[in-house]
Amino acid sequence: MKRLLTIVALLLGVCGLLAYTSHTLTTSSGSTGAKVLNLYNWGDYIDPQLLTKFQKETGYHVNVETFDSNEAMFTKLKQGGTHYDLTVPSDYMVSKLKQAHLLQPIDRSRLTGLTNYDPMFLNKSYDPGNTYSLPYFWGTLGIIYNDRFVKPGSLTHWSQLWSPKYRDQIMLIDSARDILGMALAEQGHSMNTTNPATLRAATHKLNALSPNVKAVVADEIKMYMIQDEAAVAVDWSGEAAEMLSHNRHLHYVVPSEGSNLWIDNLVIPKSAQHYTAIYAFLNFMSRPDNAAQNAEYIGYATPNRRAKALLPKTLRNDRQFYPTRQTTRHLQIYRDLSPNVVQTYNDRYLEFKMHH
Amino acid sequence: MTNRKNWGYFLPYGLWLVLFVIAPVALIVYQSFFNLDHQLPLNNYATYFQSGVYLKMTANSIWYALLITLFTGIISYPTAYVLHQLKHRQFWLLLVILPTWINILLKAYAFIGIFSQAGMANNFLRFIGIGPHQLLFTNASFIFVATYIQIPFMILPIYNALDDLNPAYVNASLDLGATRWQTFRRVIFPLTLPGVKAGVQAVFIPSLSLFMLTRLIGGNKVITLGTAIEEHFLTTMNWGMGSTIGVILILAMIIVMQLTNDHDQPGGFPR
Amino acid sequence: MKKLSRAYLILIFIILYVPIIYLIVYSFSAGDTMTNYHGFTWKHYADLFADPRMLAIVANTLLVALLSALIATLIGTLGALSIHRTSKRVTRDVLLNLNNILMVSPDVIIGASFLIFFTTLKLPLGFGSVLLSHIAFEIPIVVLMVLPRLREMRPAMLAAAQDLGATTKELLSRVIIPFIAPGIFTGFFMALTYSLDDFAVTFFVTGNGFSTLSVEIYSRARQGIDLEINALSGVMFLFSLLLVAGYYWLQQRHHRRKNKRQGATL
Repeated sequence: MKRLLTIVALLLGVCGLLAYTSHTLTTSSGSTGAKVLNLYNWGDYIDPQLLTKFQKETGYHVNVETFDSNEAMFTKLKQGGTHYDLTVPSDYMVSKLKQAHLLQPIDRSRLTGLTNYDPMFLNKSYDPGNTYSLPYFWGTLGIIYNDRFVKPGSLTHWSQLWSPKYRDQIMLIDSARDILGMALAEQGHSMNTTNPATLRAATHKLNALSPNVKAVVADEIKMYMIQDEAAVAVDWSGEAAEMLSHNRHLHYVVPSEGSNLWIDNLVIPKSAQHYTAIYAFLNFMSRPDNAAQNAEYIGYATPNRRAKALLPKTLRNDRQFYPTRQTTRHLQIYRDLSPNVVQTYNDRYLEFKMHH
Repeated sequence: MTNRKNWGYFLPYGLWLVLFVIAPVALIVYQSFFNLDHQLPLNNYATYFQSGVYLKMTANSIWYALLITLFTGIISYPTAYVLHQLKHRQFWLLLVILPTWINILLKAYAFIGIFSQAGMANNFLRFIGIGPHQLLFTNASFIFVATYIQIPFMILPIYNALDDLNPAYVNASLDLGATRWQTFRRVIFPLTLPGVKAGVQAVFIPSLSLFMLTRLIGGNKVITLGTAIEEHFLTTMNWGMGSTIGVILILAMIIVMQLTNDHDQPGGFPR
Repeated sequence: MKKLSRAYLILIFIILYVPIIYLIVYSFSAGDTMTNYHGFTWKHYADLFADPRMLAIVANTLLVALLSALIATLIGTLGALSIHRTSKRVTRDVLLNLNNILMVSPDVIIGASFLIFFTTLKLPLGFGSVLLSHIAFEIPIVVLMVLPRLREMRPAMLAAAQDLGATTKELLSRVIIPFIAPGIFTGFFMALTYSLDDFAVTFFVTGNGFSTLSVEIYSRARQGIDLEINALSGVMFLFSLLLVAGYYWLQQRHHRRKNKRQGATL
């Protein structure tokens, strides 16, 4: 019993030490006090050096908290109890947040860098007139292939994925909207269809892909493709960029017949508190030099055209990640569908996953 | 002991039960009655029991949880047994626990590296002449990694049960002419059964709702109820249906508990 | 037979440690993913120690884990004692089933309902809510580990102690607690494991800048987990190994000295 109490006392001492350490580490970096900005972001989705630079220039310390999916972030914002000043939802989530009255409008008179953005990424269906959002990064859905197993240039269309030569060779990203969307695009339908018959047909089409599907995975798809585990993958351009930088045999194609265009955006949640910091940050991030630095660090495509001009030539002329107008014309942004339609998409998708 | 004093001991635990178990469960049961259109109670349950997809998933979950528990048990019992005979057994036992403190996602990533085409496991297979095989995305690799994760949770309670075993019983049995195997089967194993049961509870119940490994290692070739719940809470935001499956899991757990609990023993305190 | 069993044990330990060694080996790789080994470097360790945010997260994680495990062990042990004491079988079964509900419920459900719970009560999200939640989901495993020990306690032992005039307090501290101590330790260690591994619950109930390692690791998965995390695992692993070895060594010395002293007085 005495020994037990000694151990308890010892552990409590360690706890005190840890609390002290954590306290000094957070106060020394200035994360408490008035001059802060609370950023709720995807993990590792901003160059940490930019945060330091921002603090040096403006005196505001950025507290970063992270999430790993749009829906999880939505739940957190909806339930409240937190005070995030800025967060980074994807396109369809912007309209969902807007409908749930969880956002506040951006005061455009306080923005200085609005003209830096490419008009292609402004005034989109999810937020007409950009009342609530500013684009942060954008990308596409496409095909990644390994030229050790697939002849370079031979794979450019969705329909080719169904070819028997890719038997047990394809990895799919685990996302209902994207995978059903791929089947819909292959059949020439809208990736936002709400027609049950069209969706059913797309599911049948997907089931026919089953023999070619090696696995349906999420973030770990990068690791798999980098280590040559599969010949072909269907994934987003952001993930593809990460893979390509680690394995020179990989290539990325956006099928010209149509695919998804996604845009991640900076928005101000209802519970925000530090307005001066928010606008300082929005303006800081829309500056070409900073946006370019961030794009180089993250490896995603920037919607800031003046920042794009600052990128190294090999990067900004890369047709894989900055596709031609010809291709971008056929790209579709996901609309926020009604909960019942979202459920239908997911039920159909689950059927497909159970199929193989 | 007077009753009032016992109340003092029970209070924190009781408070926990009410606040963190009964309240959330009430919330889950309440939500499970609502589908997306806020219609008719029990609609979700009807969907569940009429859907081939969900029933198949349920069967999958139970089957894989059973397999994982079985393999974990087969591997852990001898390990605990041998471990218990070592000189520095406390130390070795701590070494069994240590790997569980490394994040599970990182360990899963390590396994992806080990099982990949060019990984260690395939190099070994090539070395012994079997040649490379597709190891990832197979049921075998999924069960292997799930078992790996669960082993410490089975070894600990079994080890404790072995520790309690009075060596006199074993010696008596051997003195009376029983073989080692007979002693094990008739004396050691029955006396350590409570430990095995605690281990089964600690492994089988969480295994029912595994979801991450089914995707990371199994490549979604195995779909369990955990996958469906994850999807309902995080993708479709259909918390009603997710809660329905949650309620069904709770019922499944109650059945498992009834099957593995000792009912014959009276409470131990004298009164 | 003995050789065979040793070989078996060695094999099990190799399997248990292979992924961890793999992680640590790559923490020294000059590349930046866990795929091809690119030659030795200390770079990732240097990165780690130059990253105050990450170090604060580590301190937070350990603080929550230790403190919650400690409190959960206390409450769980008391709970196990009360469940064990209950004479009515039905009550005991009901209590046990209630106890296990949090173990069977997937983390997302627990996380979401705890979040609703905290926000309804207007509790601020952050360290406090994370700590409370961790205590909550650790309690059942402690109860499950302590109960079997209690069941094996012979009533005769307690009766004897009582006949000798032991009070309730003495009964607890001199007889019951020492007997169930291994179960308590096991419960504590498993609670630690549960806390260190949890992602979903912490994610939902955290806020105001408070983050733990799991949340950080999971949310980094989209960008690819960088080797700084491997380096961190390496450091934490080495640290816990030293801790365990140190604790064991002290205990051994203590025992040996006690034995020697007893030998001398005889």
